[in-house]
Amino acid sequence: MPAEAGAAGAPATTRFRPPPWLATAALLLPSYAWLTLAVLLPLGTMFAFSFLEATPLGNRPVEWTLRHYRAFHDQPYLLGVAWTSLSIGLWTTAICAVVGFATALALVRATAGRSRETLLILLLLPFWTNGLVRVFSWTMVIRGGGFLDVAARSVWPDAPSLGFLYTQPAIVLGLVHGYLPYMVLTCYIALLAIDDAVIEAAMSLGARWPTILFRILVPLAMPGLVTGAILIFVPVIGAFMEPRILGGRVGVTMGTVIEDQFTQAFNWPLGSALAFTMLAVVLGVFATFSGVLRRTAQA
Amino acid sequence: MLKLSRRRMLTLTGSGLVALAGSRHLVRPARAAGRITVLNWQGYGTDERWAVEAFTEATGIEVVHDYFNSEAEMLTKLRTNPGVYDVVLINSARSQQAAGEGLLMPVDLANYPNAEGLAPSLRENEYLKTDGELYGVAWVWGMNSLAIRDGMEAPTSYAALAAPEFRNKVALFDDAVTMVGLGALLSGQDMNDPSDMAAVVEKLKEMKPNVRLLWSSEDQWNKAFSAGEFDLSIYWSGAAVRSQKTFDLPLQFVVPEEGAIGWLDSFSIPATSQNPDEAAQFIDYMIDPGFYTKWAIEVGAPASANAAAMEALPEDNLIRQIHDPEYLETMTLMAPLPDDRRETFNNAWQEVKAFYAS
Repeated sequence: MPAEAGAAGAPATTRFRPPPWLATAALLLPSYAWLTLAVLLPLGTMFAFSFLEATPLGNRPVEWTLRHYRAFHDQPYLLGVAWTSLSIGLWTTAICAVVGFATALALVRATAGRSRETLLILLLLPFWTNGLVRVFSWTMVIRGGGFLDVAARSVWPDAPSLGFLYTQPAIVLGLVHGYLPYMVLTCYIALLAIDDAVIEAAMSLGARWPTILFRILVPLAMPGLVTGAILIFVPVIGAFMEPRILGGRVGVTMGTVIEDQFTQAFNWPLGSALAFTMLAVVLGVFATFSGVLRRTAQA
Repeated sequence: MLKLSRRRMLTLTGSGLVALAGSRHLVRPARAAGRITVLNWQGYGTDERWAVEAFTEATGIEVVHDYFNSEAEMLTKLRTNPGVYDVVLINSARSQQAAGEGLLMPVDLANYPNAEGLAPSLRENEYLKTDGELYGVAWVWGMNSLAIRDGMEAPTSYAALAAPEFRNKVALFDDAVTMVGLGALLSGQDMNDPSDMAAVVEKLKEMKPNVRLLWSSEDQWNKAFSAGEFDLSIYWSGAAVRSQKTFDLPLQFVVPEEGAIGWLDSFSIPATSQNPDEAAQFIDYMIDPGFYTKWAIEVGAPASANAAAMEALPEDNLIRQIHDPEYLETMTLMAPLPDDRRETFNNAWQEVKAFYAS
């Protein structure tokens, strides 16, 4: 590396060479321009909204206030709602991690060549269907008297109803289905990078499969697991479609509360204040665990 | 060729008569004559092709449409496009706001021959009036009340939603205004301005052991009801008609003694309209029993504010059966809500929902 850098920097020709930072800037410009336009601008607007008294539409006067950030204090039930969201997020991420890691491992270890690619595609196929369709199809399966019950009763006619629609597990089920591919993909890539020789070496030294799994594969694939967990946890705690459709009465999460503020209550300032509060909580969670995660990943 | 000239003839005679009727119309810009712009939700009666064609055929007035996706958008369009619109659909809960901002012109029901048939409580509704003057012509209405599975005893009070015999068999409408209104009716308060919010929240929280589902769309309601998930629910009168007619669901729509939670849509003429007389003709056509019965039977519609139009429907028509005129007596219309009260309603309902979920 250093040798190469030296060669590039050497004044081998007299032709004008743009300074390296300019090239970097030019390469980054499109993506940053896009980010500014599509992410920072709307986010900034929403952030500004969160300090407004009321939704700034029509000929309403603009008044600034901090009161929407007091929502968790003024409406203490929101704390319970936030806890529901966090626990749904933790469950979903944990289940995705276990199932996704196992799937990725099976893909990498047990198959090779073309069949592996085919299996991967088959795994990701459901991901290409519309999320709403997936969630609604679950309602048909897990409602009382749904496909699940029909299947159970074909074996045991007097089986009690197994339907669990409108419960928290139903929400987690829908979310796991929706977000599992992220975990499979990130773990798959991480596992693919592990040299077979490492495992062969462990086996030749007499390591059994639990040792190989927990001492070698999991630590080496940790970056994949962490990336997958972040990719899943963040959208899941803001999810509102799955809780609404699969949760019924119990489907009240921060996602649905915030969505209500935008679509029903027309109280954008409160909605954005809640969203930014949740963002702060998520960043706090990551800041707390990032040290732990980094150490584990390097171990 | 013949048809065109006849239509032209009508337009000419029509505008001639209009010109004679009042001198101020003489200064009306000629370019806008014979053409009106209607601002409405898409697919909500006024833009039925057969209706527009029949109206143009009869009057020579051409009808163009513009649509809004929310009431806030409708108000914004009125404010920012003076002179563009001639007819606008306004919910009774928004009429006073629009009239208060000077966006509408007063209506004189004498110009509307069909207004004679309007149900009195809707025709002269207080929400259509601002400072004692009428600003809207009542068009269609509907109710939020109870739907119960056929064969079960019809409840006489909304208190049934908290009754032990409906344990885990109740569905509620996930809408703050309706639900807070319901809690207010149950605690004997003004539905649109309950003074004791704690009592409202208390009444709604009592329903927790019964609540199976909070529905937000008709489709969701139909699927859950046909799967037998609940027996009693808050439901829309119009949706109750569709669920029975289209999906054959065994239900009965009931209005208990507290009365239904009602809504009313009306037509107004923007203050800046260039064609108020043509607009009035169109609005009159919209409350015409002939138009309404065709719309209701062939397409499906809410209940007409015109009692004569409702009576023109066949005896066994579900829309007519469900929207019994006697319900109009006990029905409370949803009122215009100031922002702070709307926010209080939303927070109360959010709190109840969190309680149901916990």
